[in-house]
Amino acid sequence: MSALKRLVCVQCPLGCKISVELSDTNRILSIVGNRCPRGEEYARDELENPKRVLTTSVRVLNGEYPLVSVKTNKPVPKSLIPELMKTIRNLKVEAPIECGSVLVEDVLGTGADLVATRTVRRAKG
Amino acid sequence: MKVDVVVIGGGAAGMAAALKVSEQGARVVLVERDERVGGILNQCIHNGFGLHYFREELTGPEYAERFKKALEEKDIEVLTNTFVKALDVREKKLVVVSEDGIRILETKALVYAAGARERAFGSLMVPGDRPSGIFTAGVAQRFMNVENRLPGKRALILGSGDIGLIMARRLTLEGVEVVGVVERLPYPGGLLRNVIQCLEDFGIPLFLSSTVVEVRGRERLEEVVVAKVDENFQPIPGTEKVFEVDTLILSVGLIPQIELLEDLVEVNPTSKGIATSNLGQTSIEWIFAAGNCTAIYDLVDYVTYEGEMAGKYAALYAKGERFGPKVAVKAGENVMVVQPNWYDPSEELTLYVRTRKVIEKGRLVVGSFEKTFEELVPSEMLRVKIPRRHLNGLSEIVVEVKEE
Repeated sequence: MSALKRLVCVQCPLGCKISVELSDTNRILSIVGNRCPRGEEYARDELENPKRVLTTSVRVLNGEYPLVSVKTNKPVPKSLIPELMKTIRNLKVEAPIECGSVLVEDVLGTGADLVATRTVRRAKG
Repeated sequence: MKVDVVVIGGGAAGMAAALKVSEQGARVVLVERDERVGGILNQCIHNGFGLHYFREELTGPEYAERFKKALEEKDIEVLTNTFVKALDVREKKLVVVSEDGIRILETKALVYAAGARERAFGSLMVPGDRPSGIFTAGVAQRFMNVENRLPGKRALILGSGDIGLIMARRLTLEGVEVVGVVERLPYPGGLLRNVIQCLEDFGIPLFLSSTVVEVRGRERLEEVVVAKVDENFQPIPGTEKVFEVDTLILSVGLIPQIELLEDLVEVNPTSKGIATSNLGQTSIEWIFAAGNCTAIYDLVDYVTYEGEMAGKYAALYAKGERFGPKVAVKAGENVMVVQPNWYDPSEELTLYVRTRKVIEKGRLVVGSFEKTFEELVPSEMLRVKIPRRHLNGLSEIVVEVKEE
């Protein structure tokens, strides 16, 4: 006996509808419906260890704006997101910040870096 | 100041247009009312942008920053904190206002890329009090992602469009309790991926076929009353449910911003935006338009493509080229929105189509072009290129989706 599990890939806005065929011991037998390799990876992760890219923002000191937007540069385990948010909430970084610069390496041991997604210059005056 | 092309609006469409004008060797000035360019992208800190245009996944600020950098490298003149007050169609002059005072811009062509506005609470005619604590999703998003302010502590969201869903997640991540998302349709308005990663991931309930029927609160919002609706969206008595919240976030639709031009040019009857050809040309030949002021697009990538098209042809117009004649494009069976309004054979026709209802399997018919699609939903826009050979000799192009 095998079971079918239906997923919608969240890796990009195309939202492929993926069907995963599972054996009675929950082993993945086949993955169909994905239009790219990221979909297969997503389906595997979603059943074994769901992951998401986390996007949020970090407090900036002496910047032209009070916040810099950030992302994890790869998906991180969904279960760690609340703890990651706690860590990020206590973070403060000094302007200037370049878009793409790493603010925290290997954040909480996830293997993902926390990366700035905009440039914030230093406040004038 | 005398230029070849003025671009109004420094969002995704305007930035792309200005870059194309400059690529054509014409002199361009970009006018932006905010203190920086980037438009709504600046506050959309989530990812999912750029998969078509850049073939990689970016956040909104990253997407904007690539264009900002390009504008700087090309040394394109950008007037920020500047507002267009008036347009003289006959003299091709614009009156702009900034801290420096009033200035006149003389131009040969114009690209209007003013984006969209959010539908506001006042237009929903919800009975009850008028306390503070009611925000449109975009305003709440700007508060949180740009100004570092939280809108409240406990929130309900009305409307399950993508902005509403994304705000549900954003509020939750920042410690605001989101008690639910209310949608009057029997299906969610946003992409399925957002229902999963914004609601299901956080256990936020989605109340379908429901709407807000009353808001209560003296100074600050205290209670929101939600009821089920019938198929005509009329509340069903006896189904009311009271939510104790201090914040109501509205994600109930975007409206193309057309004020400056609405009495001058033709409007697309399906999108209520500025009507344009596939070159971005409006009914006044020296005025072009692109982006969400013409129709509300699903993806910023599409806005960029259309901005580039309008920029290119505005530059060519400024250099003395003329285009046309155009063939009218009309919405037929099952089509709610179709963009553009006219087809000019100078370029291939790229159609954007939104269906009127959910269609399991539908055949898009345009001239002699036919293509079958599965699971068509009004919230997901089709983008289809129609090869010229399918449109030869047509005096009018009707876009239809036939149910199969």
